[in-house]
Amino acid sequence: MKIKNTKTRVMRVILYVVLIALALVMLVPFVWMLSASFKLDKDVFIFPIEWIPKNPRWRNYVDIWSKIPLMKFVVNTVKLTLIVTFLQLLTSSFAAYAFAKLDFKGKDTLFLAYIATIAVPWQVYMVPQFMMMRSMGLADTHLAIICLQAFSAFGVFMMKQFYEGIPSELCEAARIDGMNEYQIWYQIMLPLSKPSLSTLTIFTFVNTWNDFLGPLIYLTTESKKTLQLGLRMFISQFGSEYGLIMAASVLSLIPVLIVFLSLQKYFVEGVAASGVKG
Amino acid sequence: MGKKTIDPALVQSKLSVWEPRLAELQRQAEAETDPKKKLKLGKQVDRTRDKIRQIKTGERFSRQTKRDMVAYSFILPNFIGFAVFTLGPVIFAFVLAFLKWDGNSPMEFAGFGNFALMIGNTRFLASLRNTVIYCVATVPLTLAVALGLAVLLNQKIKGRNFFRTVSFFPYVASLVAVAAVWNMLFSPAKSGPINMVLYSLGVAAKSLPKWSADKDWVMFTVVLFSVWKNMGYYMVIYLAGLQGVNGELYEACALDGANTWQRFWYITLPQLRPTTFFVTIMLTINCFKVYDIVYMLAGGSVGVLNESAIVLVYHIYEEAFRNWNLGYASAVAMVLFLMVLAITLVQFRGEKKYAN
Repeated sequence: MKIKNTKTRVMRVILYVVLIALALVMLVPFVWMLSASFKLDKDVFIFPIEWIPKNPRWRNYVDIWSKIPLMKFVVNTVKLTLIVTFLQLLTSSFAAYAFAKLDFKGKDTLFLAYIATIAVPWQVYMVPQFMMMRSMGLADTHLAIICLQAFSAFGVFMMKQFYEGIPSELCEAARIDGMNEYQIWYQIMLPLSKPSLSTLTIFTFVNTWNDFLGPLIYLTTESKKTLQLGLRMFISQFGSEYGLIMAASVLSLIPVLIVFLSLQKYFVEGVAASGVKG
Repeated sequence: MGKKTIDPALVQSKLSVWEPRLAELQRQAEAETDPKKKLKLGKQVDRTRDKIRQIKTGERFSRQTKRDMVAYSFILPNFIGFAVFTLGPVIFAFVLAFLKWDGNSPMEFAGFGNFALMIGNTRFLASLRNTVIYCVATVPLTLAVALGLAVLLNQKIKGRNFFRTVSFFPYVASLVAVAAVWNMLFSPAKSGPINMVLYSLGVAAKSLPKWSADKDWVMFTVVLFSVWKNMGYYMVIYLAGLQGVNGELYEACALDGANTWQRFWYITLPQLRPTTFFVTIMLTINCFKVYDIVYMLAGGSVGVLNESAIVLVYHIYEEAFRNWNLGYASAVAMVLFLMVLAITLVQFRGEKKYAN
């Protein structure tokens, strides 16, 4: 028994060493980013790496706001992300309720239309979609980005999978109690679907916040651009201002970090329950 | 509603149509042995009965119609957006692949002309080759790392949530920001941090890799980056899969004296087969769609990819939005679609297999 204990203990130690090594691989780029954001450009590449700068240069975080219209980019991105996430959650869970719990004419055909387009990547139809938006006068508007992101088939599919796991008896009981379908959706289904709503929030928020190709195609006026486009523009214009680039990058990561950390406890559960795993 | 006068003759004539229909359906439902079909017939019986009730009471809408309308009201907000901005363009994309159009002058029919153009286009061929290379390298690597990580993080260890969060974070982090860090860390210059580490480990100065600046190393750099960035997501899917593995199997296995490796090989891996299958498919599809990673790592400051790094989606982008060959770009998009479709069909067949 004693031998076995030593053996398991050795295994444990190895396990932790491996995990810590992996965590370092994942984290080092972020730590390096943070460290470089407090340095002068000429100090960024000094070797051996000075992880904690002796004279942290806070100025980088001040200068970046005047170097590019960063505030404008942030406001644009926050606006787009909030609207898209809200619309996506609302319309998807609304439609998914009908697909999962109601019986109506044409249900299978309608759902097939959703399923069929899940298999078609956006990149396949981005060209005709752009031409269509342009003919509707939506090119170079934020509305185009909203329309593009807010009505994905994926959201409906995911929510439907989750709702199907909720017993129909619950809805039946509510109907007998005199609730109408809208009340059932609002008072019973929504409170129960926190895990999958959180998962969908993370996905939608992150996708919209980080989206690059969509805004790249649609937004041409500088004052309408998003943070990602602005950041990229800054990098290509001032490629050697490493400290400033890193400061801007750190700023662009903060909102995603907050959303992710506050919702992540639902995440594994949500992925499992929504059948994203297949 | 429903307050209109009922014409008895009209009701009778309608009922004479619907009542025999109901009787016929009921007979069929009785005789049917297949439970699935029986259920379907049962629903039809209910609908017919409802219809008859509506005729008798003279209401404008039957109960089912009302129910249908409630259901449509749930679907409509999403469906309008979906139909206009997704379904429409998808259909348009298939048509556009056979047209010649620059966006301003009238469209011309081109038949398979766009597809013929692709064969002679070196940029198309290079993009197809690079996309396939990228997939072949990225899929197995990501799969292995994600699985390993999930198995490690599924055990009862201290700081499990911390490790999970850390592994997942690169996936949600903004690509522009992390790509900027990578470009600095993997700077082709000798002074780049990674190259300095390699140098201090004894790699000769002139054989230090030039990473994304070297046409032989660029795809390697891209693959390395995307494994690092995306493995956390697939790890979460594996974690979800691991929660479905029956714990009793491990107990039985421990009684038989199996070691950790045997447990992994004979229980975890076979039990995870449906998950592995799903992850492989998702990964492959996502790899076909790669664009922004390559654009940011290999595009330089102007964002133009040369033939050592061009991928399919970039080729679509440049042809459509730089050269305005919209028909040709859509034809290339069809190639992308067919590749994804092939993978999806494999998935459908696999799902049927694993459903049992």
